[in-house]
Amino acid sequence: MQQFISEKGLVVPIDRSNIDTDQIIPKQYLKSIKRTGFGVNLFDDWRYLDPGEPGMDHSARRINPDFVLNDSKFNGATLLMARDNFGCGSSREHAPWALVEYGFRAVIAESYADIFYNNSFKNGLLPVVLAAKELEYLFDKSLGDLPLELMVDLPSQTVKGPDGFETRFEIDSFRKTCLLDGLDEIGLSLAEADGIRAYENTQRQRTPWLF
Amino acid sequence: MSGRTLYDKLWDSHLVSQRDDGSALIYIDRHLLHEVTSPQAFEGLSLAGRKPWRLDANLATVDHNVPTTNQAAGVAAISDPVSRLQISTLDDNCDELGITQFKMADLRAGIVHVIGPEQGATLPGMTVVCGDSHTATHGAFGALAHGIGTSEVEHVLATQCLVTKKMKNMLVTVTGPLGLGVTAKDVILSIIGQIGTAGGTGHAIEFAGEGIQSLSMEGRMTVCNMAIEAGAPVGLIAVDQTTIDYVEGRPFAPKNEDWLRAVEVWADLASDSKAVFDTVITIDGGLIEPQVTWGTNPEMVTGIKGAVPNPAGIVDPIQRGSIERALNYMGLKGGQSIESIQLDRVFIGSCTNSRIEDLRAAAKVVEGKRVSDSLIQAIVVPGSGLVKAQAEKEGLDQIFRAAGFEWRDPGCSMCLAMNADKLGRGEHCASTSNRNFEGRQGAGGRSHLVSPAMAAAAAIAGHFVDVREWI
Repeated sequence: MQQFISEKGLVVPIDRSNIDTDQIIPKQYLKSIKRTGFGVNLFDDWRYLDPGEPGMDHSARRINPDFVLNDSKFNGATLLMARDNFGCGSSREHAPWALVEYGFRAVIAESYADIFYNNSFKNGLLPVVLAAKELEYLFDKSLGDLPLELMVDLPSQTVKGPDGFETRFEIDSFRKTCLLDGLDEIGLSLAEADGIRAYENTQRQRTPWLF
Repeated sequence: MSGRTLYDKLWDSHLVSQRDDGSALIYIDRHLLHEVTSPQAFEGLSLAGRKPWRLDANLATVDHNVPTTNQAAGVAAISDPVSRLQISTLDDNCDELGITQFKMADLRAGIVHVIGPEQGATLPGMTVVCGDSHTATHGAFGALAHGIGTSEVEHVLATQCLVTKKMKNMLVTVTGPLGLGVTAKDVILSIIGQIGTAGGTGHAIEFAGEGIQSLSMEGRMTVCNMAIEAGAPVGLIAVDQTTIDYVEGRPFAPKNEDWLRAVEVWADLASDSKAVFDTVITIDGGLIEPQVTWGTNPEMVTGIKGAVPNPAGIVDPIQRGSIERALNYMGLKGGQSIESIQLDRVFIGSCTNSRIEDLRAAAKVVEGKRVSDSLIQAIVVPGSGLVKAQAEKEGLDQIFRAAGFEWRDPGCSMCLAMNADKLGRGEHCASTSNRNFEGRQGAGGRSHLVSPAMAAAAAIAGHFVDVREWI
């Protein structure tokens, strides 16, 4: 698993609720059998004015100047900010793959859909949960002429910004540890192989039709 | 001592270990695989030099990306080379490892959430996972089932377990009886309309009450299938005689002595009367009308007699903005009646509504009528080869064809439009699928989620109509 400790970077504000994974990475790109190559198609339907298909030269497509991600002042941004229920819909892990490959290291939102939230951690992408009021303040700050810069720090579970902005976010301790240490989850589970076998032996007696 | 919910019981019986850091290792009885979310998992497994923990717990099929025409011609005949490679990659992975797979054109193949129950590969009391969010479907059998990402597909292949954390319990009671012409799809859309697309986040939702118990297994699957559209990864319904009757005799179901023992064990798969839920919601099933979505997520829904909301009347600026954006995308006006929405295509299919009962309900409405000339296309895509064969045995295909519908081979098809079945820009579709997100059924396409009977009636009329007036 990719490690995450802290990230200081520019924030791309996408002022929407319910951003679903079909928007994050549209279905036609899910035909790929690889884990890479999705960054250029992140938010494809919003980012480009003409339709996209896998394998085409995306640099030749017309970009949508009204979509915030295409605003040059956010070039190099590593933090993405949205409203509530970010990542709802399909379980596609291609969504965090696309976000990470584009360059995002963390998302800041009021809430996330469960499967997306879970998938993010597997890819070193930190989903930070902030209160609606804090987001309101940060959206306000991010829509000025200059992009907003924030510091997301996992060990202290804080987000810091200009004018003394500082807030704490919550995260499960096991998820935090996995991200900080970049642990191999499969390896950790296989360390419990004896326990898994013991469980199977018990269940084989109780519910033999499942084996 | 307070009682346990159905979810509590399923969790307890699959807990391998509770870790100090708050996470838990739970055992997975059934792992369903398909071509889209598995190739990277198989690759990861191979790169790490790992082998599947337990082959017979896995069952694979191709569904998301298959063409729905001429499947009999085989994988080599798929014209899109990228799709062809993805489908043959699953074939190769399953062949190499020895995983049971129903390949394209096998009569048993079809949408993963249709074939699992159809084969008895989904059983009460199981844990079922799949790299697909609509795995919630299998909860209709009193199984703990949810979607997982590709990293977790690899984890389950390697360990037969999942690292997870217990969710909260939610109870949604639908009092009954439901009105005539009101279906499972209307029930779940109505629930989502009331609790919202994030109303169930972090929860396992148990659906109960006469409005649920009166449903067939097909209907219960439709309800649980869309729990995820209310944000809940897990939907659940207690086991009763309807469940047992459906499962008995299916190919993967227990037989003889095992069957008798299983039925005894399954009798406990209901929440205890004193069970405590974190959230409880009660809905009057008698008030539910046939539902139609008008917006770009499933909570943007209303009854057939209703109208598209007028954003001008919404005080909250974020909510108003989101409705304005949705109406702009959908090409609808605030205050416009649902019945006035003109349609371009009709899609009957998907893991939500492609089972035999769904096709029967649609055929009943269509019989002896003609699809409106104003439509570009109306298609029926059965959920599996077996559903297709059964429908043909009953003559449903003839009814659909005579009315002007296209009768297709099984697959996910226009629900997510990964294959050639898709909406054109700006086109309105009455769809029995589960998501009306922007571009879900094709870039720029406008989806309206409805029941099979409502989709069938809309196909005939060319716009939405109240199917209750047709029966």
